[in-house]
This record gives sequence, C-alpha cells and structure tokens, in this order.
Amino acid sequence: MSKEPSRLSRLMSDHPLIPLAALLLVLIVALELLRPGIVNERWIANTIKFAIPLAMLAACQTLTMLTGGIDLSAGVAATVVAFVMATQVPILGVPGAIAAALIPAILMGLLNGFGIAICRVHPLIMTLGTGLIATGFLQVYQRFVIASGSVVPDSLAWLGTGRTLGLPNSLLLFVPFAALILYGQRRTGFGRLLYALGSNEAAARLSGVRAWQVYFTLYALSGVIAGITGLLYVGLIKAPSLSLMNPVLLPSVAAAVVGGTSIFGGRGGYGGTILGALILTVLGTLLTLVQIPEGARGVFFGAIILAVTAIYVRLTNQT
Amino acid sequence: MIPPLPKTPLLDARGVSKRFGAVAALKDASLQVGKGEVVALMGANGAGKSTLVKILTGALGHDGGQILIHGRAQPIGSPRAARRAGLVPVYQEPSLIPDLDLAQNLALGATPVGAFRHWAAQLGLPDLTLDTMINRLPLASLRIVDLARALAAEPDVLLLDEMTAALPADLVHRVLSVVRAQADAGRAVIYISHRFTEISALCDRATVLRDGVTVGDLPIKPGVEERIVDLMLGEGAISASASAARTQTPAPTGARPRLCVRALAAGTKLTDVSFDLHAGEVLGVVALEGQGQDELFAVLAGARKALRGAVQVNGAAVQFAHPADAIAMGLSFVPGERAHALLMQRSVRENIALPLIAAPRNWGPINMAAEAVQVSAAIARLQIDTRAMGEVQRLSGGNQQKVTIARWVAKGAETLLLLDPTRGIDVRTKRQIYDLVRDLADQGAAVLYYTSELAEIRMACDRAIVIFGGRVVDKIEAADADDARLMRAAYGLTEAEGAAR
Amino acid sequence: MSRFAQKNGWTLGLAALFAGLLIATKLIQPGFGLSGLDSLARAALPFAFATAAMTVVVLAGGIDLSVASMMAVASVSGARLMEGASEAEAAGIVGLVLLVGLAMGAINGALIVLTRVPDIVVTLSMLFVWEGTALLILQGPEGGCAIWLRDLILGGLSLPFVPGALTEWLPKAAVLVAVVLAVVWVPVARSKLGLSIYAVGSDPLAAFRSGVSLGRTRIAAYAIAGLLAAFGGLSLTMATGIGAPIPGPYLMAAVAAVVLGGVALTGGKGGLLGPILAVFVLRLVRMDLTLLSVDPNVTTIIEGTIMVIVVMMGGLLAARERGR
Repeated sequence: MSKEPSRLSRLMSDHPLIPLAALLLVLIVALELLRPGIVNERWIANTIKFAIPLAMLAACQTLTMLTGGIDLSAGVAATVVAFVMATQVPILGVPGAIAAALIPAILMGLLNGFGIAICRVHPLIMTLGTGLIATGFLQVYQRFVIASGSVVPDSLAWLGTGRTLGLPNSLLLFVPFAALILYGQRRTGFGRLLYALGSNEAAARLSGVRAWQVYFTLYALSGVIAGITGLLYVGLIKAPSLSLMNPVLLPSVAAAVVGGTSIFGGRGGYGGTILGALILTVLGTLLTLVQIPEGARGVFFGAIILAVTAIYVRLTNQT
Repeated sequence: MIPPLPKTPLLDARGVSKRFGAVAALKDASLQVGKGEVVALMGANGAGKSTLVKILTGALGHDGGQILIHGRAQPIGSPRAARRAGLVPVYQEPSLIPDLDLAQNLALGATPVGAFRHWAAQLGLPDLTLDTMINRLPLASLRIVDLARALAAEPDVLLLDEMTAALPADLVHRVLSVVRAQADAGRAVIYISHRFTEISALCDRATVLRDGVTVGDLPIKPGVEERIVDLMLGEGAISASASAARTQTPAPTGARPRLCVRALAAGTKLTDVSFDLHAGEVLGVVALEGQGQDELFAVLAGARKALRGAVQVNGAAVQFAHPADAIAMGLSFVPGERAHALLMQRSVRENIALPLIAAPRNWGPINMAAEAVQVSAAIARLQIDTRAMGEVQRLSGGNQQKVTIARWVAKGAETLLLLDPTRGIDVRTKRQIYDLVRDLADQGAAVLYYTSELAEIRMACDRAIVIFGGRVVDKIEAADADDARLMRAAYGLTEAEGAAR
Repeated sequence: MSRFAQKNGWTLGLAALFAGLLIATKLIQPGFGLSGLDSLARAALPFAFATAAMTVVVLAGGIDLSVASMMAVASVSGARLMEGASEAEAAGIVGLVLLVGLAMGAINGALIVLTRVPDIVVTLSMLFVWEGTALLILQGPEGGCAIWLRDLILGGLSLPFVPGALTEWLPKAAVLVAVVLAVVWVPVARSKLGLSIYAVGSDPLAAFRSGVSLGRTRIAAYAIAGLLAAFGGLSLTMATGIGAPIPGPYLMAAVAAVVLGGVALTGGKGGLLGPILAVFVLRLVRMDLTLLSVDPNVTTIIEGTIMVIVVMMGGLLAARERGR
C-alpha cells in the first residue's frame, strides 16, 4: 500500500467519527441533488425522529458488542414492554403500566446474563433464544388481555411524534440518554469494564473483575434501554402490535456495526452508533425516493452495510 | 573448531527491508547460513528479528533486498512456498491443529509418517501414537512434535525460533544434539534464542540485528556474549555484563510471614508445597516444566482451587474463590503469558488502571485526574516506552511485560506473584525488571518469583525453593545458587534424597 | 470401542434421546407409524439442510447468518423456472439451482476473505442481499414444481428387488437427507479439504503455518454451505409445490441444532451427524407437544425453553471441559 492510506488510517483510528460524518454528508447531498429542496427543517426533524428509536435500540447492541456480545432479544424486549404497557394502561394507569411493563425486559436481561455469564452460552444464541421464549409468552399474554384493549398514553405520543420549535420532542429523551452513555462508556468504571471484557476476559478476571456481575448488569441494562425504546417507539407508531419493534432489530445491529463498533468486542463506541443510525435512516429515505422495488432495497441495504464496514476495516486495519 | 565459510551459503538474505506504514521494521537485514552451520540470530525486542523470521518463512512479503536459497532467488510468498524452497521453520508457539489428531496433522502438511516417527523417537518420544489428539499433549511434547515434523520434511535450511523456551533441561539437551547433528550432516540451521548457554553450546556464528539493520556477525567463542550484548544494545548503552554483586537481605527470623503456604496441593501436579514468604523478600521458585509451579501460582492468585493444604496471609487463613479475593488480600499475579494479562486493543492507561475499577463499588464515575497521576507514576517507575500508548498491542514484548507489572505498582501490591516475568524479552528489559523487583521488595513488598532461567535466581532473588514432582525438594540462598546445584535440585537430586538412598 | 464412545459420546447420547422420544411418541399416540415418521421427516427436511449448511461453516470457524435467505433464493428460483417446464427440464433446473446455491455460498466466502470484514457482519449483510434477491425473483408464494421432485419426499421408500416390508417404514425424506449429505459431505470430509476445514476452524494460524490456504478453505466451506442451503430451498419447493420468498425460521433453529449436535461454535470440533440428529430431536419434541394438544403458542415457549436449556447445558459442559 502507498503512504496515503497509512496517514488516513491513523486519522481514522484516532478520529473514527470523521469518515462517518463525511458519509452522512455525502448521502444528504445526494438526496438534495436527487430531489432539490427536500432537505429542509421538516425533513431534518422527521429524520431525527425516526433515527432516535433506531439509535436507542442500537445502544443495546453497542454496549453488548463492546464485550464481544450482541443482544438479539432487544427487539422483542422493546415490543414486550410497549405491548404490556399499552394493555396495562386501562388497568394500572400510565405510571403503573410503565413500571410493570419494564419488569419482563429486566427479567429477559437477567436470563441473558445468566446464560452468558454462568452457562457461557454465546450471546448471539442466548439472546436469540430468550427472544424466542419471550415472543411465545407475549402471544399467550395477548389472549388474556385481548378483551381489555390497549391505550397509547398521550404523553408517549407527544414524546414520540410531537415537535417543539421545529425539533422533535423525542430529543428531550434522547439527548440526556446519549450524553449518559457517551460519558459512561469512557469515564465510568462500568463502561471501561465493557471494553476490558471484550478485549480480554481472562485478563480482566486476573485483574479482579467478576465478569458475571458485569454481564448481569449489562444485559439487564440492555433490557431496560430496549424497553424505554419500545415505549418511545409505540408513542411514534401509536399502534402496539406483537411485532412492533422487530423490524428495527437488524438495522440496530447494522447501525452499531456501521458506526465502527467491533463485533468482536473491545473497540468502538456510542458516538459512531448515533451517526450509524442517522446514516441508515437517510439511506432509507434515499431508497424510498428512487422508488426501487422492495427486493432491491434489501440488496442495496445489505450491500451498503458491507461496503461501509469493508472500507472501515481497510482504512483502520482492524478486524 | 569452526568450519571454513563455504563459498555459496545455503541461505543468503541481503539488504532485506520491510515497512509497516510509516514504521520501518527492517531497513537492511542480512543473514547468511552455509552448509553445516548453525547461526544464531540475535537481537533485542523490536530489533526486527520476528519480522525477518516472518519474511523468511513466507508469512510476510518484503519490500527490498533479495533472499537466495541455493544461490537462487526463491518465491517464498507463503509458508508452503517457503517449505518447497527448502526452508522449514519451527515457530515459537506450537503450530499444530489442536482439534485434529497427530496423523491428521501430518497429513495436512504432507509429512512422511515414517520419517516423523524416526525423529520423534530420536527426540525422546518413541511411543507416540498417531491417533493422539493434539490438545491432549503437554506443551513440551508439542514442541518435540513440531521439531520432528520439521525434520521429517528434510529441510535444507532449518529455522528454530525460541523453540526451547518451554522445554525442560533434558529435552533441551536432546534438541541441541539433534540440531547439531543436522548441521554436521550438511544442513543449515538458523537458531533464535535468548539463552546464551544454548547459543554457545550449539552455534558457530551469531548474526546480530539492531533497529532493523544487521550490525554484526561474530564467530562464537568464549567471551563473545559480552560483545553480542553490546552490539544488541548499541553504542553508549550500559553494558549488560553479569550482575554486580548484590547484598542479599538476610533471612528474616521470628517475624510473621506475609504469605505462609502449608502442604498445598492442586490438580495432579502440585502435591505438597510449603514455604514462608516475608515482607521485603524475593523468593525464587525453580522447577522444570510441569512440576506444579503453574498450579501453585494459580492457587495463590485465586484462579484455581486447592485440593488440600492451607494458605495464610499475614497470619489469617484464606481460601480464594476468584482472583478478586486474592487481590483483596494484597496478592497480585503476573502470568507468564503476556497475552493472558493484557487488553491488547486498549491503551496503556486503561490496562494499568484496570484493577482500580474492578469492584462494583468502583463502577461509577472515574476520577480522571487522580487516575492519570497514578498511571503516569507507574509508567515512569517502569520506564515504559510511551510512544505507542494508544494500543498495547503496538508495544514491544518487553514494554508489554512492564505494563502487566505496572498495573500492580499503580494499585499498590503487598505480595507480587511473578510467573516467569522475563520470558522471551531482551536483556535490557530483564535488568530493569530485576531492579524493579528489588526496589519493590526494599519498600516492603513480598515477591514470589518463578523463573525458567537459573541464572536469574542469583540476579533477582534472595533465596529460592526448588520444586520437583509437586513438592519442595530444596531451599537455597541465592549466594549459593550456582547452576549446578539448582539443576541437581530441579531434577530431584538433593542431598537429603542422596543420603536417603 | 470405548474410544469411539468417548469421541462420539455426544452423538450417541443424542441417538438414545431420539429413540427415547420415538418410544414416548408411540406411547402418546399408539397409532404413530409410517405416516407419522413421514410427516416428521418432511417437517425436518429444510431444518436438516439448513443445519448441515450451518455446521460446515461453523466447523471452519465461521458462521452464516444468511442460510435461510439463501434457501429462499434457491426455493424461488427453482419454483419460478419449473413453472410450466417439462418434467425432464426440471432435472436441469435442479442442477442449475444447486449451482446457484454453490455460487451464493462462494460469494459469501469470497466477500469474507477479500473484505476482511468479520463473517458475522458479512453474512448479516448478505442476509439482506439474498432476501432481497429472492423477493426480486418472486414477489409472493407462487411458481411450480415438477411432480417427480415432489414424489421424492412423499411416503416411504420402495426399492426394486427389495421386499417392501423392509424399507417401507423409512420415509423418503429422511433417505434424501442421508443420500445428499453422504454424496456432498463424506467425500469432502475424507479429503484434504475436510482436514483443512477442521484445521482452519481449530487454529487458523497453525493451519496457515501448516501450508493450508486459509482463504481458499473458507470460500470452499461457505460454498458447500450454499450448496446445502440450495438443497434446503429446493426441499421447501418440493414440500409445498411453490416458491417461498420470505425466509423461514431456520437461522435460530440451525444454530440451536448445531450446538445441540455437539459442534463447538468456536470451530474445529464436531461432525455432521450430531446436528442432523439434533434437528430430528427438536422436530420430534414439537410434534409430541402437538400430539399432546398443547396450545401452539405454549409449544413455542416450551420449544424455545428446551433449546435455551440445551445450549445452556452445552455451554456449562464446554466451560467445564475448558477448565480442566
């Protein structure tokens, strides 16, 4: 290789967000060229509105991926929380329903933590299995509450769809959320331990880290984040269903991956994930705009994830 | 008697260079090995030795220079091509597939079975069955299998990279004599080792690399070690001659020991070990491979459970279920394998600060300023090269080893358990580690120091216990610890047993 | 013998479990016989091929999340081409679809090798790509299937010159799995390629140093997986007579069967027989629950719980093995 990539690669490993921001900009410019005038205040607000639930669900993937894991039950956890909340509102009222609805998400996280930390099951499989079981429970649960109906509280609808001064209200939830994660990942002991476990679990153990404590906390936290995302998302969609958030699951993995978090752990962070979620959302608009068929959309979506990751790997020389 | 240098060397590498991005790993490396010669390839860590090995064995391409085998330029773009050209390596780590059996491993590399059996027998493994799974073999046997496999390929040039590092002394002896016989039969051998005793026993010449450049090519004769060390260290470096006489701390008497181990047993190898370790003392542990020292350290580090026996720390009986328990009692373990201790993709700072955040009560916000002070103090104390702070994997082996120790210096360890802390690192770093260990002991730390190099007992320890067959067979003051006595003890030939016989 | 038992203990245990479950089934429903076995084998067919495909890449130290999507592509391309085609042309179409499968797998493998992107990410991307491709070929469940192809998995086996009583109880679908795997995998496993696949999965560095070409071996493993996935896709079309563009639930099931079958997800350890037995065990459990007239939703919970408990126990056993 010539000298050029090596200088670029140093830039990339020191400032991994720059190329992502550049890509986002390129996509937006492409969008504006295709349909002049589309990029306006309203469009920006809309894009942010749909990117936020994706970015929040992708937080589950980012945090677990830092340890070399993944949370494929996050989509189901979000759906469960949203569905249980909406069906419990008529019975328990809004705060009670939200509190009750988060319980299954935490239980799912603890089950994941148990399987991953104690039984040493690969996170991909453990969380896939937990999601499967939870889906079954949700279907059984649905039959018991089918009569009582469901309500999406106005407060969540306001948060999910409303706008203030042209900006989506969901930023009120997301900005503190993102700030907390960005701060937590580097500047708290827990955040550092995620990187440590993903980098070398045996070494972390020898340094006195009890990995199971971290995994239980991490996956329970992931369940809670997924649950909050579900609440926000049902406020946005306004129709709780048994597969509410499932279509966002794979994009959430993609957002974390495109954002530069290593799926093998130890590298990356939430900053990239936020950009990744924005990139995927803009890309979605772009694909809708050029009116390509559903199938080609999938092909393009897959190809872009692969291409971005490949460029990323090439430039930073990481695997 | 040195054989005359042949006209065309079997292997002739000249002016080899290799860059990784902006870093020149090799600038002008040359290495000639003639028929019947054993040439030592020497160099401190980071001198470019392993890059040259990778190029010669086909794992890496080179940017400049030429490599001739039999006087012809050979394409060695892959390990297979290197083999075809006649160069067969034995690497530092075993290169066998753990989940296949021996026969399948031989088939994979197209190794003739008959020849393999012959060499395995020559090297002391006559009754190796071919359907043995590789992951059931002990490390020493794996090394022998590696070598036998290489010899069975009838190489023109044999390259041995630190292959004796994990071998007990008797096997080292066998390996050296077989390798010598290979050279005498007209083959060329490149021998890489940090052990001068092996080099002076085996090699004809030594080629020395420093900073990617071949800086010397010396015939081996008595006293050449000093010259080689000077060449490796470069001009102006402090001469790393044999250790200055050091006054040993007198054996403490009466005081309560920091660590008291009684009749400890674990696994199948550690059967009955007892000793006391006092504050301010560096206690060496000498043992051939697999005598239970790994288990001893693992138990004391809380990484595995003891079967029997008692451990007391400052007089209180302890039982560790997790390394965190041991750390809470002030016991800090530095494993022999650096890769087991380090977060390779993370920064030096995060590596050093790791024990500080391990417990859930420290999971909250980190006091970054206080941490920076603690970490840079540890970095300064260990003289860690700070040019590649971003990722530990970019550091040289010696600097990586320092990071594993710095972690406990920053945390403040009362008792250090060092398992072969100088394995595979250069002379200069070794000396820094001896000095540090002494320093820490002088400040009140107790240090348990296992080493596979007998000479280190005199250089780094106050006294040593010798473990053989899972029990302590001898206790020696460092001043009396000459190699012969240590070696006899390590083989279980102590005076006590001699008298009993 | 003891060595064989030791090496294949896990597989033998699975076989015993399967036999026990068959007896249990007979107890639950005394009428369980040929038709029961036949529907079991047909239900297991696509799962068996998906699992076999997954097993091959897992042995090579990889994972292929796109197995179900590749099956969809094979299913729709077969169904689309066979619609209106003659019975004889169908044979050529089957060959073509298998080639397409081989090519899809090889593309997966080549992308992993060339881009140096982790396999999980590449095959996740290809999951979208193949799923989209299937939708481009057929928008909905339609298309056709040759009669002889459908007959291939219907009912019990009857061979010329062999008394029917000996073979009738053997479902053709199960025989098809056995024959395909024997033809595809046995020659590979016996060859140097097979050794290389295990070697790459077990220890890539050591394999490279032993002269194995990592890239070529990985591509070959993924290509074989693509071929097996194509068989799986064809079996879907054979079972329904039409193409299925939406990927079925084969990913989790295949991974669970691979783990239950005693194959280490870290690669290099295990065989093909265990996972295939595991598929039949898992399908039979589901069948028994249905026979016991358990609510299908509750069945999903029980099935999921069994899979999770199995992988948990497998994980514990593996951890204990490592600890030794």
